[in-house]
Amino acid sequence: MSDAHDWPLYEIFIRARGGLDHKHVGSVHAVDATMAVEHARDVYTRRQEGVSIWVVRSGDIVASDPAESDSLFEPARDKIYRHPTFYDIPKEVETL
Amino acid sequence: MYTQGLLEQGSKTVTVAAVEDAERLQRFEAKIDAEEKIEPKDWMPDAYRQTLIRQISQHAHSEIVGMLPEGNWITRAPTLLRKSILIAKVQDEGGHGAYLYSAAETLGISRAEMIDQLLAGKAKYSSIFNYPTLSWADIGAIGWLVDGAAIMNQIPLCRCSYGPYARAMIRICKEESFHQRQGYDIMLKLARGTVGQRRMAQDALDRWWWPSLMMFGPPDGASQHTALSVRWKIKRFTNDELRQKFVDFTVPQAKFLDISVPDPDMRWDEAAGQHRFGEINWAEFHEVLKGNGPCNRERLTARRNAHDAGRWVREAAAAYAAKHTARSVAAA
Amino acid sequence: MSARADAGVTVAVPDRVRHLLRIADTSLVLAQRLGEWVGHGPAIEEDLGLANTALDLLGQARLLLAYAGELEGRGRSEDALAFLREEADFLNATLAEQPNGDFGDTIVRQFLIDAYQLELYEQLMTSADPRLAEIAAKAVKETRYHLRFSSAWLVRLGDGTAESHGRVQGSLDRLWPFTRELFDADNLDRAIAVAGIGPQLAALGAAWSARVDAVLAEAMLRRPAASPYRWYGKQGLHSEHLGYLLADLQHLQRTHAGASW
Ligand SMILES: [Fe+2]
Ligand SMILES: [Fe+2]
Repeated sequence: MSDAHDWPLYEIFIRARGGLDHKHVGSVHAVDATMAVEHARDVYTRRQEGVSIWVVRSGDIVASDPAESDSLFEPARDKIYRHPTFYDIPKEVETL
Repeated sequence: MYTQGLLEQGSKTVTVAAVEDAERLQRFEAKIDAEEKIEPKDWMPDAYRQTLIRQISQHAHSEIVGMLPEGNWITRAPTLLRKSILIAKVQDEGGHGAYLYSAAETLGISRAEMIDQLLAGKAKYSSIFNYPTLSWADIGAIGWLVDGAAIMNQIPLCRCSYGPYARAMIRICKEESFHQRQGYDIMLKLARGTVGQRRMAQDALDRWWWPSLMMFGPPDGASQHTALSVRWKIKRFTNDELRQKFVDFTVPQAKFLDISVPDPDMRWDEAAGQHRFGEINWAEFHEVLKGNGPCNRERLTARRNAHDAGRWVREAAAAYAAKHTARSVAAA
Repeated sequence: MSARADAGVTVAVPDRVRHLLRIADTSLVLAQRLGEWVGHGPAIEEDLGLANTALDLLGQARLLLAYAGELEGRGRSEDALAFLREEADFLNATLAEQPNGDFGDTIVRQFLIDAYQLELYEQLMTSADPRLAEIAAKAVKETRYHLRFSSAWLVRLGDGTAESHGRVQGSLDRLWPFTRELFDADNLDRAIAVAGIGPQLAALGAAWSARVDAVLAEAMLRRPAASPYRWYGKQGLHSEHLGYLLADLQHLQRTHAGASW
């Protein structure tokens, strides 16, 4: 009964409105990118949820390793001087 | 939804003892306690992964099998608007199945494997879809009661600790409220309609009431694994809590329709501030889950037929894509 | 439309209504067929795709039927026209009522009608009848997508495996004879064209042919020979399949006369 394999998996990214970034919404199975766009349209935009669709083969996505989170993202934590709120500017100084 | 009661049915004993790495477990649980989401590549105990795979895939199967009883009435819907609504509704359920299979696949199981389990009769899906749809009022009753029960179950799942499942549930919950309202709208029309239509409405409530209550799964006393699922925030309320809430919401809605809930023991308990209802026929529930409900065979056969009849189509599309990839590589 | 120059010519209301019903019924009957697929497609995503097409076609049918009812002026609503007309009063193209068969049959039927409807709606956008032009302008966008979907599948099946190629060529051979009706103009078609309400069917047929041939070539499919037999669904003379389809469609309205839903 089993199909030896399913159609490949594509990750779907949708721009909800002009001006917004594409956002990951899920995945579809499709034989190629053309079909993946069609499937994404039917699966993820039945209620006008999008104005643009990106599809990417799931296998082509390279992700950072959660186990390395500490070394990847922790070093940014103590660089609080990068944020504007770090600086106390006297009230008298305007438009800064 | 469609899984809470089932979760315990098929599961082997799920114990934390199986987890070897105490430190990683501790970090995992700390994250859950802090209401942070677990994401696909994060470490998770195997029991957590297996529980989720089982729950999400059962949920997905329920959406897909659930298309059949309602799809049964698409060609016979009584107006063109009702037909459009029903197609859109059943189509949404297919979409829910797609979102959920997609969420489950992030846990390392393929959709093909999950579908094979369903077609082999090894996976469970909600017992409710093994009952027949005999009249147009059944389409109303399903939207009102079955989707209503689904919503009750699914809203807490939007806060489930597993990110992809929680996100799929948020998308699904947005769509479910249309389902429930269109169902109640059908019931309203029938309840205010001709004698024949009112009879249809009452008959549908008579047949769908008890199976709807069963959708929440076995009573808490008989449900062994709730504790771990609650601790890991896969599940946030017990079966009985949700069932009670459903009854309290639904009984006044039936009254408004002027049709009666088929339960002689139903009464309002002033002191407790909730409805008391009669004994659920758990023997029937377990029989339906085991495959002995009125339509179990039909439903699985329909899914198998669709799968088998579609094989040459899926193969053709794959062959076409392979040829064209090869051609464009050769051309490059 | 070039026939706009003749827009002074008028067509009697009953004929205009019949013309609208031909377009409306083709969409309605095809939507009814596609509705049978929901839950039974070869993949979940295909189920959703076919359902989307069905919903668009139903939407077109509703707009056209509502307009036909108003134009007729006898108080018939879209539902009265859909659920209470008899078989001989349905004026859909015979092709639309052909059974779903396998997925290949459905795709071929869909492709042939999508290509026809796209040419038709593009022409109707400049109809001398502004209401019809408005409906066509909405429908043309939907139809462009339908054709994209059905063409893509026809090509995949035609140029897929040996099995799929054989199957879909068979579907094409079986369904091809029903296409002649689409472009053989009768008196009504001619009057509509002269009045600038609808296109010249011969010209429509030529454009359709070119479009279809291009996709068939890409799909490695052979165009069947012209059929000696012509169907007359658009005049109410159908194949045996429509009666069953209407029995399903109309069952509730007929059983509960006068009820509202
Ligand atoms: Fe659903
Ligand atoms: Fe639903």
